[in-house]
Amino acid sequence: MIGERHPACGRDVVVTGLGVVAPGGIGTAAFWRLLTAGATATRTITLFDASGFRSRIAAECDFDPAASGLSPQQIRRMDRAAQFAVVAAREALADSGLHTDGLDPSRTGVAIGSAVGCTMSLEEEYVVLSDGGRQWLVDHSYGVPHLYRHMVPSTLAMEVAWEAKAEGPVALISTGCTSGIDAVAHGAQLIREGSADVVVAGATDAPISPITVACFDAIKATSPNNDDPEHASRPFDKRRDGFVLGEGAAVLVLEEAGHALRRGAEIRARIAGYAARGNAYHMTGLRPDGREMAEAITVSMAQARLNPEDIDYVNAHGSGTKQNDRHETAAFKRSLGEHAYRVPVSSIKSMIGHSLGAIGAIEVAACVLALQHQVVPPTANLSVPDPECDLDYTPRTAREARLDAVLTVGSGFGGFQSAMVLTRPGTGKGGR
Amino acid sequence: MTRVLVTGLGVAAPTGLGVAAHWSATLAGRVALAPISRFDASRYPVSVAGEVPGFVAREHVPGRLIPQTDHWTHLGLATAQEALDDAKIVPSDLPEYEMAVVTAASSGGTEFGQREIERLWSKGPQHVGAYQSIAWFYAATTGQISIRYGMRGPCSVVCTEQAGGLDAIAQGRRMLRDGARIVVVGGTDASLCPYGLVAQLSQGRLSTVRDPERAYLPFDVDACGHVPGEGGATLILETAESMASRGAGDPYGAVLGYAATFDPPPGSRRPPTLEKAIVGALRDAGLRPRDIDVVFADAAAVPELDRAEAAAIANVFGPYGVPVTAPKSMTGRLYAGGGTLDVVTALLALRDQVIPPTAGTVRQVPEDRIDLVGRHPRQARLRHALILARGYGGFNAALVVGDANA
Repeated sequence: MIGERHPACGRDVVVTGLGVVAPGGIGTAAFWRLLTAGATATRTITLFDASGFRSRIAAECDFDPAASGLSPQQIRRMDRAAQFAVVAAREALADSGLHTDGLDPSRTGVAIGSAVGCTMSLEEEYVVLSDGGRQWLVDHSYGVPHLYRHMVPSTLAMEVAWEAKAEGPVALISTGCTSGIDAVAHGAQLIREGSADVVVAGATDAPISPITVACFDAIKATSPNNDDPEHASRPFDKRRDGFVLGEGAAVLVLEEAGHALRRGAEIRARIAGYAARGNAYHMTGLRPDGREMAEAITVSMAQARLNPEDIDYVNAHGSGTKQNDRHETAAFKRSLGEHAYRVPVSSIKSMIGHSLGAIGAIEVAACVLALQHQVVPPTANLSVPDPECDLDYTPRTAREARLDAVLTVGSGFGGFQSAMVLTRPGTGKGGR
Repeated sequence: MTRVLVTGLGVAAPTGLGVAAHWSATLAGRVALAPISRFDASRYPVSVAGEVPGFVAREHVPGRLIPQTDHWTHLGLATAQEALDDAKIVPSDLPEYEMAVVTAASSGGTEFGQREIERLWSKGPQHVGAYQSIAWFYAATTGQISIRYGMRGPCSVVCTEQAGGLDAIAQGRRMLRDGARIVVVGGTDASLCPYGLVAQLSQGRLSTVRDPERAYLPFDVDACGHVPGEGGATLILETAESMASRGAGDPYGAVLGYAATFDPPPGSRRPPTLEKAIVGALRDAGLRPRDIDVVFADAAAVPELDRAEAAAIANVFGPYGVPVTAPKSMTGRLYAGGGTLDVVTALLALRDQVIPPTAGTVRQVPEDRIDLVGRHPRQARLRHALILARGYGGFNAALVVGDANA
């Protein structure tokens, strides 16, 4: 089966540092507090005047770039998504105990995911250059010097590489809403194949700007529950009516296990398995059988050498659209069998919204924290279960549990389906 | 280790639509740069570019998909179809999960995006079309290729600007080693719309010369920047087992080595890292410098970037130690399309044992000490080619291809 060869030929990859910028609080501690409290960070959009839009709600980060330690020049040149990524990378590097000055730059890599890159700045600059949308032949004399950096999403990886002083392989991975999982997996792959010993990996997105909100309005993908924003993100609930847009970043320090052990680093988790599949069905549609996501889950478990009953928690994609919730419920049943009914599942998008490419990495971070604290974060706002979604989605309240191996999944435009298994160190699960 | 063979090629480049047209124009040294025709660029300081000649979307893209996708994706779909046909692959005959898709993207569906954002700001949010969400984003081309051919293996999109094409091929190689039997690896770009061009101006690396024959002169004393282009290429990577099982003919060649590095930030005292990428790719291929018979240069035509590249090449291969060429002088820089197109051109050079020319460059910078293949193709014994690419911001990639039977 494609994907299963992975672990046999490579080196073990562990997580030794975490950094998060998320709605509800900046930093890993604030993020975990929000999740375990089951509180929601969704609200009426404040980043721009959304009064003419169908969906006027989002999960926004209360983010002050200067207070987060960015310099005036960094703030000027960086899109909000880049600012999130650099702040999260800084926290992750500090958390890992690695000092960038002591790292071998040529053995340090970067893998950052993003679905929409620097759209917010691209749009702001477009508005000026086109004089409010009036000029097709936009006026180049109003162009800012770093406009091209906003045009190419690779800038996000560049900024993180500069922060980490990385001179090894650096890339931006952009697979829509699976970008986050895929970028972390790409970072793990760079270590496994021997191209790097340390990879700063994660994802970022800052999509709460008119063009992105409008394009989800156009396909009615986002929730129009404007009168009750705190309860608008309702995955697996019968009353759900679309996803709530979010923003943020999560960055992990990935390390070759031996490298981490030799320096006495605290190992948070092991990246034990990963697989990606395409449904080759529709750019935005999902078939209800969940077949390709199930395949990705099955292969990622095989890589981790785990059986379905070894999985102690499933971090769902749980976007809060009817087709997603049913698709993924079917995928869990298909891949985990009877165990699907026993394992706790939850969607943190109920609390922090759907930050497109970033959310996959934020969810990986949530999984690492869940393993560390032995707590399953809940699905907020789930009070009227959809009868078609009949698994244990951990409604409203976080739960203590023994967690040795966890699964996180992502599903996105393009038909992409990704799954990753993480394990707790020292449990003998998912490692050699 | 899995052999990574190239069994199909597809091209949509300023030098021609289709592999054969591209190759004959390239060997003829025909500069395919001209004043931009997709819009009136006369008011901008840069008005010369490479456009794909005679591309009619409805001849290459299913009618339903034309309004749902950007020109960049149209070019990607056209090259993917040519590459699959060239490889004689019938996707429905192959196991669905063992076909994978990777593309390089640099700036997404720029022209489509400008139209929709104009609607938003001139008319209001209700006027943004339903396809903006799937046409503009960087993953659009990979998704459409996967869906069109029922390819349900891993899908990936790599964004490292001009280095993306080589990085995407490396990503495809990983997927083959991981168990895929074929990988469609594409890279195209089409940012020749007003906002796309204006954004590129801010790089400060584009040539403002209005004579297409004199605008893009890599390694020349008159080098003053490069010219943008649209288009790119798609390759089919395949394992030997897959080729044998479907009775495929000879491959074009094999991907033998690859490495990627990243430069320290501006102002750092640390040296740039292109040379390390070259050394890494040779090591990965198990080859020595003297095994490389031709280098396809990144050829930025920005003086300090040309000097840095020439120094990296001369340091590894010795002064004038290997023929160096830059056929992209005829197409312009294609960003995400540049790497895959250069690899296609290199494989055709290996096939025909001829090094394609560098058009335009007349007076080489003497201190470069590289053996630049000038305006005429050069016959040579070619076993291995090294392709270099640098992406804006510091991305470096080096890839080695060679004879599949060596």
